[in-house]
Amino acid sequence: MLALLAADPLPPVGPATGAGAAAWVLVALPALGALVLFLGGKRTDRWGHLLGVATVLLSFVYGVVLFVQALALPGEERVRDLPLYEWFGSGSLTVEFGLRLDPLSLTFVLLITGVGSLIHIYSVGYMSHDPHRRKFFAMLNLFVASMLVLVLGNGFVTLYLGWEGVGLASYLLIGFYVARPLAASAAKKAFLMNRVGDVGLALAIFILFQQLGTTQYTEVFARAGEMSTGTLTAVTLLLLLGACGKSGQFPLQAWLPDAMEGPTPVSALIHAATMVTAGVYLVARTHPLYDLAPAGQLAVTIVGAVTLLIGAIVGCAYDDIKKVLAYSTVSQIGYMMLAVGLGPIGYAAGLAHLLAHGFFKAGLFLGAGSVMHGMADETDMRRFGGLYRHLPVTFATFTLGYLALIGFPFLSGFYSKDAIIEASLGGSLVRGWLLGGAALLGAGLTAFYMTRLMLMTFFGAERWRELTPRRAPWDPQAESEAPPQAPQAGHEHGYHPHESPWVMTVPMVLLAVGSAGAGAFLVIGERLGGWLEPATGPVQEVSDAVIPTGLVPGIASVLMVLGAGLAYLTVGRRPVPVERPARVSWPVRAARADLYANAINEGLVARPGLWLSRALVYLDNRGVDGAVNGTAALLGGASGRARRTQTGFVRSYALTMLGGSLVLVAALLAVTLP
Amino acid sequence: MSALLLVLVLLPLVGAAVCGFLVRSPGGDAAAKTAGFVVSLAEFVLVVVVWALYVPSAPTRFQGELSVPWIPAFGTRFALGLDGIALPMIALLAVLVPLVIAYTSFTRAADRFPDGRGAGGFVALMLALQGVLVALFAATDVFLFYVLFEVMLVPMYFIIGRFGGARRQYAAVKFFLYSFLGGLLMLGSIIGIFVASGTRLGQASFDWTTLQHLAAQLPLSTQIPLFLGFFAAFAIKAPLVPLHTWLPDAGAEAPIGGGVILVGVLDKVGVFGFLRYCLPLFPLASQSLAPLVLVLSVIGVIYGALLAAMQTDMKRFVAYTSIAHFGFIGLGIFAFSQQALAGSALYMVNHGISTAMLFLVVGMLAARGGSSRIADYGGVGRIAPVLSGLFLVAGLTTLSLPGTNSFVSEFLVLIGSWPREPAYTVIATVGIIFAALYVLWIFQRTMTGPLRGEAVLGRGPGAASAVAFEPTDGGLRDMLEDDASARARARFGDLTGREIGVLAPLVLLIFLLGFFPQPVLNVINPAVSATMSEVGVADPVGPNGVAR
Repeated sequence: MLALLAADPLPPVGPATGAGAAAWVLVALPALGALVLFLGGKRTDRWGHLLGVATVLLSFVYGVVLFVQALALPGEERVRDLPLYEWFGSGSLTVEFGLRLDPLSLTFVLLITGVGSLIHIYSVGYMSHDPHRRKFFAMLNLFVASMLVLVLGNGFVTLYLGWEGVGLASYLLIGFYVARPLAASAAKKAFLMNRVGDVGLALAIFILFQQLGTTQYTEVFARAGEMSTGTLTAVTLLLLLGACGKSGQFPLQAWLPDAMEGPTPVSALIHAATMVTAGVYLVARTHPLYDLAPAGQLAVTIVGAVTLLIGAIVGCAYDDIKKVLAYSTVSQIGYMMLAVGLGPIGYAAGLAHLLAHGFFKAGLFLGAGSVMHGMADETDMRRFGGLYRHLPVTFATFTLGYLALIGFPFLSGFYSKDAIIEASLGGSLVRGWLLGGAALLGAGLTAFYMTRLMLMTFFGAERWRELTPRRAPWDPQAESEAPPQAPQAGHEHGYHPHESPWVMTVPMVLLAVGSAGAGAFLVIGERLGGWLEPATGPVQEVSDAVIPTGLVPGIASVLMVLGAGLAYLTVGRRPVPVERPARVSWPVRAARADLYANAINEGLVARPGLWLSRALVYLDNRGVDGAVNGTAALLGGASGRARRTQTGFVRSYALTMLGGSLVLVAALLAVTLP
Repeated sequence: MSALLLVLVLLPLVGAAVCGFLVRSPGGDAAAKTAGFVVSLAEFVLVVVVWALYVPSAPTRFQGELSVPWIPAFGTRFALGLDGIALPMIALLAVLVPLVIAYTSFTRAADRFPDGRGAGGFVALMLALQGVLVALFAATDVFLFYVLFEVMLVPMYFIIGRFGGARRQYAAVKFFLYSFLGGLLMLGSIIGIFVASGTRLGQASFDWTTLQHLAAQLPLSTQIPLFLGFFAAFAIKAPLVPLHTWLPDAGAEAPIGGGVILVGVLDKVGVFGFLRYCLPLFPLASQSLAPLVLVLSVIGVIYGALLAAMQTDMKRFVAYTSIAHFGFIGLGIFAFSQQALAGSALYMVNHGISTAMLFLVVGMLAARGGSSRIADYGGVGRIAPVLSGLFLVAGLTTLSLPGTNSFVSEFLVLIGSWPREPAYTVIATVGIIFAALYVLWIFQRTMTGPLRGEAVLGRGPGAASAVAFEPTDGGLRDMLEDDASARARARFGDLTGREIGVLAPLVLLIFLLGFFPQPVLNVINPAVSATMSEVGVADPVGPNGVAR
């Protein structure tokens, strides 16, 4: 512990010069694209998607320039700061709007703009029939701009700006099919659960300001040691809450599967490759705080381990191809959180997995989108089967992504996931076994649910031949203003699976290449670790693993084969029923119900909240306002009664005087008698 | 600048008189509307000039001071002056009044006033209100402030009572009585402080600066009753829970334009009063009674938000969101830190902008559907995408999304309150979840999903069957969908150019102040520092954080 405290002082932060001095262009390009497309209206319908693609692509090119420039610098000069202007300030608080260019942020820039460009290109084809394609690209550009602010910001408040900005973009895109009631409630749910996390992030920022008088990274990280361990623990736990919200980690994971209501490219870009990894980014970015707060780190690893199991278990039970992939994302981000929670031994591993996952999960989602494209927007895998003959390119790219994800030897996941498993085996005996055991178990489960998905979708009987496509009651097509296309002769009924156009398959192929090679490229020889060193510190080796780390690839591979084999026994050898069986054992029921996450949210938060609100409405109408109106009525009534006594009849006055005298006499007697 | 300040007060009053005169002449309604709009634009230009002449770094507490004897027997003066808290409020008013007049006079969505009344009378009242409010914010004589505090009720009473909705009489009387009662309590305190100044100084005074110097020497036991009189008036006006029930009625019954000024500016007199009168005049009482205000404020944040979520009427919804926001402002003022106070002062401006946006969009929606009931709408985004998009912008600034104006002020309030009042800050921060809930829920119910609701589909029998009938065949369903959709689109129509013109300046301000709020903060900060030293508290957080 002491050695940790003393180790690796942070590298100095220099000013950004050269190409770096204009790094704001990275953000400005997609932001400008979004602005033009939102304000331009229908005039931009014809070329809007091209503008959207061009801005992100240019950002990517510029990102590559910055990356090459940074590579040429010696390690200790790679952390650079680009202040732009004073955003707001009062008294001792000055919030600067600026960018931080360092290996960590540049890594994310390449991921966001690179995968972002591919998905933008794919969307040109995927959304070509949608009358609101321009709006879609505007929102996607808004997302890229916000995400870049998130990773490039040089302080916690700029981070917060990007953080809620991507939340907005995600909200808009989940709810993109505006006619679907489910999309609207899924979008709202995502935003609300994110806001729960945002409260944690905000409170962490408040504490940092109170303790250090600043919210800028450079000063906060340099002076982190001034804070007490208790304070640091509080800050790191609150940051973790923020990370859980954005990254769909336990206990805030329930929004992510619902977010699949959005168009599939959105699921690929936002809810798989980039935005949902922001929590991992946050922990890695604030590592100078976590390194000083072991309790906070422990909490991150526990959250990661629990989530990776929850995601993997639930993923085994779903029949909806996008939801299985969504839970897979939840689970894989659990791996990344576990890794970055381990501290210096895990940062590089976690980020390598993040990058590799960005490739293969984006590729898998685009593949799923391609399947849906060919299968009348169907997502139920029970209605698929044998599709490999009909969508050969999709099948090939999907298979590469699948193998990379389950950790097939020498593909991406094999390297990146094994690095995490090795790192998690360290520490005390209990800790090593629990965390490492969870990571290994997760590897087996991953192989199970992914093999099940592969078999149900691409292999087996062509179950769709007997079926007619279902139209969702609020199909987005229903909204189309264009006259419905005349059905071709003989094509009215049945599914007609077909391969997607090149504009969709080319990005899938490129991502598949990345899925295959990224892991080996990043992990072997610590390429990524070395590059990240100025930002996250030197890579440390696991010295005290409970299982020799040399055995990990072997054990993981055995578990992978077991998982895949089990999947083959359940869905590969037997015919898959088109209707999902209703009578199943309780673990399956529990998994189908998301391990009761929604039921718990409903019971603990939603229902009591509703009751409280109803009670308050009643109180407000009857109690508070009732008292006001009651007072008014009382005054009015009393004066009315008082007026009535002024009858003008002498006898009633006399009677009143008599009554008053009697009361007076009685009172006098009562006072004087004893 | 003193002369300019006087013109700022007189110009709208003269304009009001002219409009009032024009309305009486036959066919003068249109002329009154045009004249009123021109006057409000001239006022705006003047405010821009005053803003340019204002020197934020000047050492004096007030600038452009002007003082003439008014009632020599009491020693009251007609005294005006600007500080960094009053100037932004006057600027806010100068932005909102032309927009409200333009909305009411020149757009399709104009308020349809009862009994066939033309908008000319409304414009006259609006200008009169502006004149009174400018003088009120600039007043540096406590008695003058009191008089204006009561006088401003009169034009608003008539705006609600003559131009409002079905229950306008009830709402107007409730508004007037509530505020008037509070004003009387404040009068008691003003007399008290006047008498105290006489005994202490030998020469009784109503001058704000004199009283401020005196007040610091008064013992706590004297300050508390005096504070409470002012506090009661401002708490009703702000309003703090449980003194809020007049606001939803007044907000719902007022015409849209009246609601904008009522909730956007007139209510701010309450929190402005906390900041300008309660804190500097009664520093000891303010500190010792701060827990009371903080509790009420934080209750307001949660209570207002939960009630907003449960409202069935859109205008009442806006009123309840404001109650939640006033809670944030109250928290910021009584947390006594530079950031929180500056945040509150900025919040007063920002909330005016966001509420105006929200009220106007609701008004434009209600003008189309003929109802302000939430349940009468559904799926409007499909037939009026621009309206729906701007509704969302209004919602996002209401939930204080970073990048919009409200975020900066809310963030400053919370980060500034945290060091001194962590418990209250945590509760208020949780309030941002509820803000997201009420905004996104109303957006979901009115703007997304399939077309539904009487106001959207119309009340004809055919329209009803289109929603009730659930055909299984997709084709038939689409036909009905498209039919209903086309009819709704024709009935509804998206925003017109003029309506967009009314909203555009607000949208621009929302994002401009979201990314570049510092010019306004530069005006606010010195005034807030002065307030801090008048209260006699040090900022809890120094440049290097709290001392350890």
